Amino acid sequence: MREEIIVSGRNNPLIDPQLHIWHWEIPLYLFLGGLAAGVLFFAALYTIRNRENDYRTAVKIAPFVAPVALVIGLLALFLDLHHKLYFWRLYTTIRLDSPMSWGAWTLMLVTPLSMLWCALHIKELFPKWDWKFDIIKDVLAFFEKNKKVLAWIMLISSAILGIYTGILFSAFNARPLWNTSILGPLFLASGLSAGSAITIWLSKDHAEKKRFAQLDLMIIGVELFLIIHMFMGFLASTQVQIEAANLFLGGAYTAPFWIFVVILGMIVPAILEILELRKFKIPVVIPVVLVLFGSLMLRFIIAYAGQASRWLY
Amino acid sequence: MRYAMAIDTKKCVGCSDCVVACQTENDVPIGYCRDWVVEVMDGTYPQLEMEIRSERCNHCKNSPCVRCCPTGASHYNEGGIVLVEKDKCIGCSACITSCPYDARFVHPEGYVDKCTFCLHRVKKGMKPACVSVCPTKCMYFGDLDDPRSEVSMILKKRKWKTLIPEAGTKPQLYFLI
Repeated sequence: MREEIIVSGRNNPLIDPQLHIWHWEIPLYLFLGGLAAGVLFFAALYTIRNRENDYRTAVKIAPFVAPVALVIGLLALFLDLHHKLYFWRLYTTIRLDSPMSWGAWTLMLVTPLSMLWCALHIKELFPKWDWKFDIIKDVLAFFEKNKKVLAWIMLISSAILGIYTGILFSAFNARPLWNTSILGPLFLASGLSAGSAITIWLSKDHAEKKRFAQLDLMIIGVELFLIIHMFMGFLASTQVQIEAANLFLGGAYTAPFWIFVVILGMIVPAILEILELRKFKIPVVIPVVLVLFGSLMLRFIIAYAGQASRWLY
Repeated sequence: MRYAMAIDTKKCVGCSDCVVACQTENDVPIGYCRDWVVEVMDGTYPQLEMEIRSERCNHCKNSPCVRCCPTGASHYNEGGIVLVEKDKCIGCSACITSCPYDARFVHPEGYVDKCTFCLHRVKKGMKPACVSVCPTKCMYFGDLDDPRSEVSMILKKRKWKTLIPEAGTKPQLYFLI
């Protein structure tokens, strides 16, 4: 039998025998960033389309999740840095080639934007809220007047945030599993799905719940389509990408990926949502939690499996 | 100017002297290495062939690590040598995941560290520590733009390969085969 044995004298911590430099912080942030992007996207979309009163939760309540998610996500990103005190270096330069630079600047825009959006709608949550200072009231009145412009900026920047969470991975050609541009739209879709799930959960209005259940179903369909295409692309590609796909098609990550992400995170909630739309009584929390869980697991599994896939030489 | 290194896999015996020299010269923390030895055994017993390679950062012309660095800490220095400026490095590890050769690591002090082709020695007209210490003289270092440099001459004479050229990184470590 022909055999090839490779012995390497390198044993650098976190690199060998298998790369494991990114732990829970990165996938958690990618999930929270995607969730925030999803929530903000719908809020902006329905503001632009003048449907604020039809989809009150999506526009005025659900966005409150975004700044919380983003701040926790940013904290996770900060914890991931090894040279923490130099983090400000991110903001002394703009590097168009680097997805991480794009991400840092997008977050710099989206985080305050999401806080501003919440400030505009704070009376929805706390009817007796008073800003006390006139200057704050004046500033908010200005943005209230130009809300459409604000919504457009938020729509575009949240889409960039949602796509960027996938591009961050797909820009690394050294990890064949990540090196597919489908990750951008897939992570965006996953974020939108999580965002609509949160809206379904928070909404008390039947028509709005129904609308977002339909939206979520559609997005889950798109996700399944993208996943199938991802594997088709891998299997028709080079040996390293075939091996990367095999991590999910019989390899170490097969069970977690298909069970947690595809079945529990997409197919089961999709079936429950269909049943709900057909007037079966199903506690809404079940599909919502499953969608959120699936979205989180997708990030974790892609992050970990990607680090296990590599070029062999 | 384009610095490059050629390593003769037919002469290398895998003694790891280059590894120790590098660790000593560059004060590499214990448990880490900037260069390392790989042995590949290939064939059907008893017809076996062994290739021994002293590997390190490939100082690629199209470096994914330089491209993905969000702060510009990873950069091309003199002669195309890829370096990390530690005061700009935030330790985000993007460059580590981007390197198909896994040539980088996180220094215990937090910044990302890697082979520098011993630029500090090269500037003084010396060879990199690994090259100068090799007991079988299997490593050649020099300027590829100079047709009469040691490395240009040997690459003209001998057959060579680079590692994972299909990754598109244009590596500048040449292995003589």
